[in-house]
Amino acid sequence: MADTPKPTPRVRMPATAKAGEVIEVKTLISHEMESGQRKDASGQTVPRRIIKQFTVTFNGREVMKADWGSAVSANPYQSFFVRVPETGTFEFSWLDDDGSVYKAEQKVTVG
Amino acid sequence: MSLPQSSVEHSAVCVRSRRDLFKLALGTSAALLGFSTLASAAPEAVVAEIKTMFGDKKLLDGKIKLDLPTIAENGLVVPLAFEVESPMTDKDYVKAIHFFAEGNPNPLVASFMFTSLSPKAAAAIRIRLATTQNIIAVAEMSNGEIYTARKEVKVTIGGCGG
Repeated sequence: MADTPKPTPRVRMPATAKAGEVIEVKTLISHEMESGQRKDASGQTVPRRIIKQFTVTFNGREVMKADWGSAVSANPYQSFFVRVPETGTFEFSWLDDDGSVYKAEQKVTVG
Repeated sequence: MSLPQSSVEHSAVCVRSRRDLFKLALGTSAALLGFSTLASAAPEAVVAEIKTMFGDKKLLDGKIKLDLPTIAENGLVVPLAFEVESPMTDKDYVKAIHFFAEGNPNPLVASFMFTSLSPKAAAAIRIRLATTQNIIAVAEMSNGEIYTARKEVKVTIGGCGG
């Protein structure tokens, strides 16, 4: 994984919403999600390296969190629902096994 | 993609090595040996895991809508979607939902934690399944009730590439 490019997070959600509206958010991040079960050509086990946690906050308050195991597919996709109470920013963060954190944010205007 | 990489790709979620496959070809006893070395969570392992997480709490049926394919052609990418019936208010919401796979090397697939800010206890992800197996969902409600649901997924080409 060291020689692969930095994971790119992608978030798709509307930029405007009505107050209290429930919207679907779709997220995707490029990551190998190395399960720790595979063996390389020389028979050595490839060490596990996955994104273990995905967190969503809105204006600093936690909305939802997901703990991913090694059974989550490569390039993890996740969709879920959020309610937009007021204008603000959704922050998404992905925590890697090696401690790196990949972030994305999306401002949503209520109007 | 270069050649050695694609051969790595092949063994995916499973621990089944080329040697195990070879044993399979050698004969019944060897084949049995090959299978026994296959590390996978058995249904008992899932039951044990649920017990350590929730103790002796009563497991209720219902409330969880699981959306998984009956037949998954590719075990590397199996769509999993769910929704737990709940008003999702400050007093009554779904705290968490956990997914277990009986036939994967690691039984715990993923857990989702919700707050009263989540309007629906619903999400969709994609998971890897080593073989045909049951997926078990366990939802924890804010009032302490535990609900479960299960679904069998037949995997045509497992995470093992077999």
